[in-house]
Amino acid sequence: MATARSYQPDALIAADIDAYLAEQANKSLLRFLTCGSVDDGKSTLIGRMLYDARTVFDDQLSQLEADSRRVGTQGQNLDFALLVDGLSAEREQGITIDVAYRFFATARRKFIVADTPGHEQYTRNMVTGASTADLAVILVDARKGVLTQTRRHGFLVNLLGIRRIVLAVNKMDLIGWDRAAYDRIVADFAAFGRSIGMAEAVAIPMAALGGDNIAARSDHTPWFAGPTLIEHLETVEIDADSDAARPFAMPVQWVNRPNLDFRGFSGLITAGTVRPGDRIRTVPSGRVSHVERIVTLDGDLEEAVAGQSVTLTLADEIDCSRGDVIAAADSPPEVADQFATTLVWMDDEPLQPGRGYWLKSGATSATASVRAPDHAIDVNTLAELPAKALGLNDIGVVEIHLDRPIPFAPYAESRDLGGFILVDKLTNKTVAAGMISRALRRSRNVHWQAIEITREAHAAQKHQTPRLLWFTGLSGSGKSTIANLVEKRLHMLGKHSFLLDGDNIRHGLNRDLGFSDADRVENIRRVGEVARLMTDAGLIVLTAFISPFRAERELVRGLLPEGEFVEIFIDTPLEVAEARDTKGLYAKARAGEIANFTGISSPYEPPEHPDIRIDTTRMSPEDAAELIVDRVIGAWTPVI
Amino acid sequence: MPHLTHLDRLEAESIHILREVAAEAERPVMLYSIGKDSAVMLHLARKAFFPAPPPFPLLHVDTTWKFRAMYELRDRAAAAAGMELLVWKNPEAEARGINPFDHGSLHTDLWKTEGLKQALDHYRFDAAFGGARRDEEKSRAKERVFSFRTAQHRWDPKAQRPELWRLYNARKAKGESIRVFPLSNWTELDIWQYIAREGIEIVPLYFAAPRPTVERDGLILMVDDDRFRLAPGEVPVERSIRFRTLGCYPLTGAVESEAATLSEVVQEMLLTTTSERQGRAIDHDAAASMEKKKVEGYF
Repeated sequence: MATARSYQPDALIAADIDAYLAEQANKSLLRFLTCGSVDDGKSTLIGRMLYDARTVFDDQLSQLEADSRRVGTQGQNLDFALLVDGLSAEREQGITIDVAYRFFATARRKFIVADTPGHEQYTRNMVTGASTADLAVILVDARKGVLTQTRRHGFLVNLLGIRRIVLAVNKMDLIGWDRAAYDRIVADFAAFGRSIGMAEAVAIPMAALGGDNIAARSDHTPWFAGPTLIEHLETVEIDADSDAARPFAMPVQWVNRPNLDFRGFSGLITAGTVRPGDRIRTVPSGRVSHVERIVTLDGDLEEAVAGQSVTLTLADEIDCSRGDVIAAADSPPEVADQFATTLVWMDDEPLQPGRGYWLKSGATSATASVRAPDHAIDVNTLAELPAKALGLNDIGVVEIHLDRPIPFAPYAESRDLGGFILVDKLTNKTVAAGMISRALRRSRNVHWQAIEITREAHAAQKHQTPRLLWFTGLSGSGKSTIANLVEKRLHMLGKHSFLLDGDNIRHGLNRDLGFSDADRVENIRRVGEVARLMTDAGLIVLTAFISPFRAERELVRGLLPEGEFVEIFIDTPLEVAEARDTKGLYAKARAGEIANFTGISSPYEPPEHPDIRIDTTRMSPEDAAELIVDRVIGAWTPVI
Repeated sequence: MPHLTHLDRLEAESIHILREVAAEAERPVMLYSIGKDSAVMLHLARKAFFPAPPPFPLLHVDTTWKFRAMYELRDRAAAAAGMELLVWKNPEAEARGINPFDHGSLHTDLWKTEGLKQALDHYRFDAAFGGARRDEEKSRAKERVFSFRTAQHRWDPKAQRPELWRLYNARKAKGESIRVFPLSNWTELDIWQYIAREGIEIVPLYFAAPRPTVERDGLILMVDDDRFRLAPGEVPVERSIRFRTLGCYPLTGAVESEAATLSEVVQEMLLTTTSERQGRAIDHDAAASMEKKKVEGYF
């Protein structure tokens, strides 16, 4: 076993603790991530930094010695990788499976390290770690040089906008500290970096296991004039400091209103500086005011900078709420509702173009409709690939449309106003990370045309409350039959209605769509939008579509005011519908002549809590129609 | 231009997290354990919402076996913050007289783990702030800031969401809840430095003083009240001690120390060569003990 040096405290601690603490209080903070392929020595490097920074205690060191003997991969030497292993599952597998955050400090800085694995399938983790990092350390095994995986790491780091990059050429001891080999690796990486427009990397030859050029300069590299890794990390510029030089911007997270005399706007300043008296503009409203006070528990501030969480009060009572941005009056962020973006897909369930997702950016959330990808990017070859959807760890260039305009900046200018996540409306999972490239339709000064004839006015004229009666069920369940009967009864009652079904939609508006899952989603989305317009016009709309996916039905429900969407489940068991087979479709599907046939080769997700359920095995179509009309009219609230 | 130190940036990040949860959760609550980390978290909450009081209550999941000095500070700190203090004592543990002397690990399970679940269910809280830090233990290094729990309070490592930039996804289904850790990126030294910088009041037990003690299984325990069961012939010995962490007094080991001020405590901490959690009897399990406890719903 090599000599173990555990935590050795700074001499000043014993001599003058107050002086030491004063010195420590002025440290800055750098966040960085490490990325490398399996066996590049990434965990070893991090373990070594923790060890050199004296953050390993006696008890941890004795544990490490014991673990190194038991499961270590370094023979009689300390296996530093074991210092940073976490969850028991991965300890057994011997690999890192997620992003882990480590902490250490030197005399000048505190560091937060995002430790991310290098396996191909974990693009998601690397992107997560990179999103908060000021700097990236890309590890290369000196014996192997720049690999496909190295290029992938470089591409992702660049995609996430990291401008400070270290190329750590590790395991130099295993190639006899060969300078020519090192220079070749550095040149290879630089050529690759130029090809993708990446910032220039600072290259360092090292042996993490022995600590060469980590904290201490190595005797083996007299030819290397650059800094050690720790020296570089201690002195490199931090993003927050360059953010302070940009125009002021603060997304409003929280409106602080303890009483009628105080209205403060709270948020984390993402760029610039702010002082009382500064002219500001709130976005999207565009209203201008002045900063009155910067309020904190410790008294008002004279000035606040990027990176601080503050509460501002304004000189005028202007409308401003969560999700708005308070910005320098002369350079506010733009506002738009359609964007060209790059998405990194992070969920097992692939992207379904047309499906509804929440987009969260800054403190804003909006409903996003994601179009089919323009193309995907192969992270290994950087080739553009045609793609219809995106699966886990795929990266694609995708157009996104929102239900309302939001403040934004291109990601290259601002991580805070240009980065976003997508959340699946049904599962609530974070399914993608996205970066805004540009707006597709500027709406800086565009407001919705004020419509004076409101939907209420349309409905009032017809003496009815708009409804969307959404019939769902298997093919042959009786949806169209019952919907037709319902519409006839409504008509007799003097109600204004319209029935949308496969005949009038599939042959016209949706003629371009087939029956793949993605096309089915788009079909329902369009039907939902048309139905919404018709309810805006005051109509009672009936739709008769199989609409097999719960998420799409919920999406349509979300388009309408609460209570207007009435989900009617025509519940006919598959064997009954198939026995009826009014159009002969089941027979064809069983014979394999129809692909993606619901119930046979494509799933049907029955409603969990339909507003109305019709069991057609126990009720005639006429009785069903009467029941539905009773229910709908029964719940009637006359407008007049 | 003000230069932001690491403490400034940690503070800003924590305040940002506290405000996000207040804005997005329906019924948030702050778990308040009366330790130094809780004290820092409460202080940050006051800063985040000043001049209003924090828009959520404090919840203390009481085991009835905390140090007396902790109960004293608890009530005072809640009042000073202008916050409602909810105290939950597991009625089953109370009825069965569960205690650390007779019931071993069942004591922590019932009072703390089960008690926490009961309290969250009872009040229907959907987001609970906790003071855990990633640097406390290896298995915590991967814990998210927003940690999702099923309706049964279970933590599924595979179901945790990626956290990008400063964007936290607080959406969840009915019955599910989130544990939120605003101090994730703080280290023990950061906590001490911040307590010193901000002048935050902490329980006096963190500072050395002569206290009645006995030694059990290598741990120095404080005899805090007459419920402590002394062995026949055992007489408490007065030692100058302090605590590095605070929990149930019969389970919390003290260190012998003369450090009576904050600077001295930090000095002693920096000069010692063992990690923080050694003082807690709960850790003398397998290496992955915390991870197992987390899966079960313990904080």
